[in-house]
Amino acid sequence: MSALSLVLGRSLLAGDFPAGEFATHRLQAGSSLVASADSFLERLPLVARDVFTSWLPEPWRWLVNSLISIAVILSVFGLLFAYVTLAERKILGRIQNRPGPNRTPIPFINLRFFGLAQPFADGVKALTKEDVVPRGADHLLHFLAPVVLLAFSILTFAVIPYGRHLVPVDLNAGVLYFFAAGAATELAVFMAGWASRNKYSLLAAMRALAQLISYELPLLLAWVPVVLVAGSLSTTEIVAAQAGWKFNLIPHWHVFTPWGAAGFVIFMIAALAESNRSPFDLPEAESELIAGHLTEYSGFKYALFFMAEYFGMIALSGMAITLFLGGWHAPSPYLEFIPSYVWFGGKLVVLLLGFIWIRATFPRLRMDQLTRFAWKFLVPLALINLANAAFWSLSFPWAGPLQLLRWLISALLVVGPFVLLGRQLSAGVAPRVYRYAAS
Amino acid sequence: MLGTGLLQGLGVTAKNFVGSFHDPARLTTIEYPEVKTKLPEAYRNFPFLVAENATDPMGTLRCVACQICEKECPPQCIYIEKSKDKKPDATGKPQLFPAIFAIDTSVCMSCQICVEVCPFDAIKMDQVYEIATTDRFSALLLNREQLAKSNAYYHGIHPTEAAEVDARLAAERKAAEEKAAAAAAAKAAAAAAKAAAPAAPKPPAAPSAEAPKPPPTS
Repeated sequence: MSALSLVLGRSLLAGDFPAGEFATHRLQAGSSLVASADSFLERLPLVARDVFTSWLPEPWRWLVNSLISIAVILSVFGLLFAYVTLAERKILGRIQNRPGPNRTPIPFINLRFFGLAQPFADGVKALTKEDVVPRGADHLLHFLAPVVLLAFSILTFAVIPYGRHLVPVDLNAGVLYFFAAGAATELAVFMAGWASRNKYSLLAAMRALAQLISYELPLLLAWVPVVLVAGSLSTTEIVAAQAGWKFNLIPHWHVFTPWGAAGFVIFMIAALAESNRSPFDLPEAESELIAGHLTEYSGFKYALFFMAEYFGMIALSGMAITLFLGGWHAPSPYLEFIPSYVWFGGKLVVLLLGFIWIRATFPRLRMDQLTRFAWKFLVPLALINLANAAFWSLSFPWAGPLQLLRWLISALLVVGPFVLLGRQLSAGVAPRVYRYAAS
Repeated sequence: MLGTGLLQGLGVTAKNFVGSFHDPARLTTIEYPEVKTKLPEAYRNFPFLVAENATDPMGTLRCVACQICEKECPPQCIYIEKSKDKKPDATGKPQLFPAIFAIDTSVCMSCQICVEVCPFDAIKMDQVYEIATTDRFSALLLNREQLAKSNAYYHGIHPTEAAEVDARLAAERKAAEEKAAAAAAAKAAAAAAKAAAPAAPKPPAAPSAEAPKPPPTS
């Protein structure tokens, strides 16, 4: 908590800087983006919504607008969840030299079409399965756990800016809200583990908590530099701070600075661990814990857990885009005619495919490797990265050859600690010698 | 440096993913009901009865109901009843035939012992593996009509083995025909000698030494 308040203090300080990068970006953005900011495609979602709500009286209109936002988020991300599971199964299949699910026909017309109906078949199956609750389970908590988990992961969708005019709730502490809601999902995982009255579930829940505590820190430390440089905790202002292009070529996204690149990588690794994805899926390690905290869940409750996991992954990817990949901004000024929400969606899909690719490649870590990696490698790197961002922020007025020096120092602050800490991390461990296996 | 191994690993999986779209070696799945693999020649599951002629399988069964296979079968899944009458077999010789020949495939263990003991090459191993039924009693008990398959079919599934069997059978038949021809010739000669005997009487001991015995019936 004290670390967090310190961070908040720093961010406020950074916001007070008279010549912060944020202000200049805002100006550049203002000059070049007027034309596309109000194009019809850009406003299309709002126009479509107003068709439905313009005839309502003012207080009702606000309520119905909010309900429509909720409905759209639930349906869009529900559908995205469905097809991410299909994409995951198909890509995993391709990587393992098999075609993946491709036989589920569309009902009534019996057309297969690459198995695109598979997610709906899975849904029907989950709905029609028997819902088994163990006799010794705490029935109320056992029922509440998936609901709470899903509720918290849906809450995180509220503050992500999906497009230029598409922010469901524009909180001035949006990033803080996002990570507070995201961290609360762990409560639900422990709830599930405890309420199942199953040793495997409980062990898995304890593992999940240990993992979460280990990785919450690098996750938070990875986005603090962004808040420091952008000078705001509001997601819209962080996105606005990344507007514009250097020489009309390189976007001003945070990932294209040394501290931003390092922060992005740390954030994505911690996000993998936070969403319990492979290679950090210890709470669900089949070979050790059956299915972890999901062992005693079946039917639609199980599907809800699955849904929450993917929603968490999608939300964390969306936040990574907002913080580091320029939010809904186009990568080039010549591509601005494509509406901003399409750019956001494209970046989201790329990140999700990255998650799937990583899952297909890496084996699961051991518990001690997991915590050692977090505490001995990611946390120090993230702390140094914070100092790096502070330096970047302070050296903003440097110009001419000093600009080069600024980049050099910042890059050294990333690469140096990475090499040194990496050497220390793998000392005595790698390269592994196999005594009995050939080569 | 830390992380290079991870990048190599990502490279391997990416190569597999891209390769699965253009390289058949990286996507070896055969989509079964539409496409089937070619079975190896030695593959076997349950026995069938060989018939010489596809148009009249019941008339040209090689099986003579000798019941050796029934006695040898370890799980005793074969049941045979001999016919009362005789029918000419493929060579034209009158033989018994199986009035009932049934194999219970729910008991059969595919050991091929029936094939190995059959002196007539009448029972061979089949390659049909789509034998699932909804009736686990009568549908798994195959009768004579279901078991009979033509020699051409046998050539289709086990070409090398079938060619060997055919060559052996042809040699046996040829030998049998030659024997029969020789016997017929000897008989004719004996008859001619008998006919000539009254005209020119011979010494009494000579005919019994010269005339060959009639050949054994099989």
